[in-house]
Amino acid sequence: MTQSRPSLPLVAAWLGLLGLLALTVTMAYVPLGAANAVVAIGIGITKAALVAAIFMELRHRDALTLLFAGAGLFWLGILLWLGLMDFLTRT
Amino acid sequence: MTERNYLTADYTLRSWFFTTDHKRIAILYFASLTMFFFIGGAAATAMRIELATPQADLVSDDIYNRLFTMHGIIMVWFFLIPSIPNTLGNFIVPLMIGARDLAFPRLNLLSWYVFMLGGSVTLFAILAGGIDTGWTFYTPFSTLYSNSYVMVAAAGVFIAGFSSILTGLNFIVTIHRLRAPGLTWYRLPLFIWSLYATSVILVLATPVLAITLVLIAVERFFGVGFFDPRIGGDPLLFQHLFWFYSHPAVYIMILPGMGVINELISCFSRKQVFGYKFVAWASLAIAALGFLVWGHHMFVTGQSLLASLVFSFMSFVVAVPSAIKVFNWTATLHKGSLRFDAPMLYALAFIGLFTIGGLTGLFLACLAFDVHATDTYFVVAHFHYIMVGGMVTAYFGGLHYWWPKITGRLYSEYWARAAAILIFLGFNLTFFPQFVLGAEGMPRRYHVYPPEFQVWNVLSSGGATILAAAYLLPLFYLGYSVFFGARAPANPWDAPGLEWQTSSPPPEHNFDVQPVVTRAPYQYSRKFEAQPQNA
Repeated sequence: MTQSRPSLPLVAAWLGLLGLLALTVTMAYVPLGAANAVVAIGIGITKAALVAAIFMELRHRDALTLLFAGAGLFWLGILLWLGLMDFLTRT
Repeated sequence: MTERNYLTADYTLRSWFFTTDHKRIAILYFASLTMFFFIGGAAATAMRIELATPQADLVSDDIYNRLFTMHGIIMVWFFLIPSIPNTLGNFIVPLMIGARDLAFPRLNLLSWYVFMLGGSVTLFAILAGGIDTGWTFYTPFSTLYSNSYVMVAAAGVFIAGFSSILTGLNFIVTIHRLRAPGLTWYRLPLFIWSLYATSVILVLATPVLAITLVLIAVERFFGVGFFDPRIGGDPLLFQHLFWFYSHPAVYIMILPGMGVINELISCFSRKQVFGYKFVAWASLAIAALGFLVWGHHMFVTGQSLLASLVFSFMSFVVAVPSAIKVFNWTATLHKGSLRFDAPMLYALAFIGLFTIGGLTGLFLACLAFDVHATDTYFVVAHFHYIMVGGMVTAYFGGLHYWWPKITGRLYSEYWARAAAILIFLGFNLTFFPQFVLGAEGMPRRYHVYPPEFQVWNVLSSGGATILAAAYLLPLFYLGYSVFFGARAPANPWDAPGLEWQTSSPPPEHNFDVQPVVTRAPYQYSRKFEAQPQNA
């Protein structure tokens, strides 16, 4: 009978995400002013990168798959760019 | 003896509800969408009856709010968005590219079940008491004040969104991986290019809608401030997120319609589509640029002037690829050998109605004009010219064009032409007066209005009666044809596409022999004969 075990990178990535979650919660209580948001977003980007590279297995994929994954990121950039243009220039 | 095909392969209910055959799943979608179309249409009918007189006769203001919300939610998410991709697309895409099925047949069936679950949840919300927010679920009304079944309906739309994502994903992979030998990108029919562009939008935009609906739930149930300014939110954030999905959703609705029109114009002009590559890339340009214009729905909301200027400019830019298509269809007609069969009547109606809808969209893209026209009947008329005059007309055109392939039967050409003409007349009589009403300042979403608006409203309600009757007609003559229509040959239009090179209806696995493509699409000749795409 064969037994399947979760691969080491998956477990490591999962533990990494839990660690980053703990860091997010901890840093939310440290008074850094405007830097709080920067730290939170930085941790968020790291988490997203871990999920994309390891859980979505993008690190082993061909150029076409990477192009589609990149398109999702690009489109998120459009949402942030044009959305923020309103918020930052509103009178 | 009856020839074995996908319809006669098995007659059990199980064989339909557990099928993974893309053709049968298309039929399941067709039946479901027809039901939703008439539910949404019933709400519109009730509204037009109410609006025949200035005072409230039939319904109260609260019921009227629920009627237009039900009409919008059902028509947008449970008819317009899935209509062509999930019925005609599901049936035709594998046949057009010479494949035996979609890339993920079980995912395809799952998408129908997910769609039906979402539809059932939404119907429950309607039957339990309805929703009064309008189809846009605008905050803070939807999060703070509305006592209607907002979250149940939002849950229905949320679930149905996953069906869209699954279908989009399936089409993208299918078009990349399952094309017949020799079927290069520039040999693909333009219907495929359109559905490919649509699928990209489905996959990229729908998750944003899902997340936005979740944020409403989190704010409503847990008091986390996303949209409520009293707890740190911003009401405009909802509109940004909502329209980031919902404006591209307009292109989800119209791009497949444009794809159908390519096939119809080419077939009934007996010519190649003029400027094939421009039309193909225009589909992708619309898909990309369609993401950059959402703020034109927010010109009067307090959005910054700079943002409004940029969104206004981009809204003009996105009109360019649409105009390329209209000009190229017109050029295709030029010196063509035209035949005015029912599908062609729908195609010609599409070009005219879409052009009016598109040009009035440019009016609304102008900041100065939009301030006056926002939330008036001008906007209602504009988007109905695109959604109904464009998209629904294209859907009916495509349905008639591929009906012999789908059912193996021929319908009554006389009745089909009569319905097409009645739809065109009824549509214009319904919605053109609404441009006038809007220009004169009648606001949308009210069940009463000043008496001076009554003439135009009576015209509009009269047109809606003709339109309703015309939409019912195909139920009868197409239904009749299924049982009593003459047998359709494999290629009744003498068209070159791969879908016409197999029998009508097609066998379970589409092609007895794998087609090999040797030619560009649309190789028609004037003698109503064509060079098949395959060797």
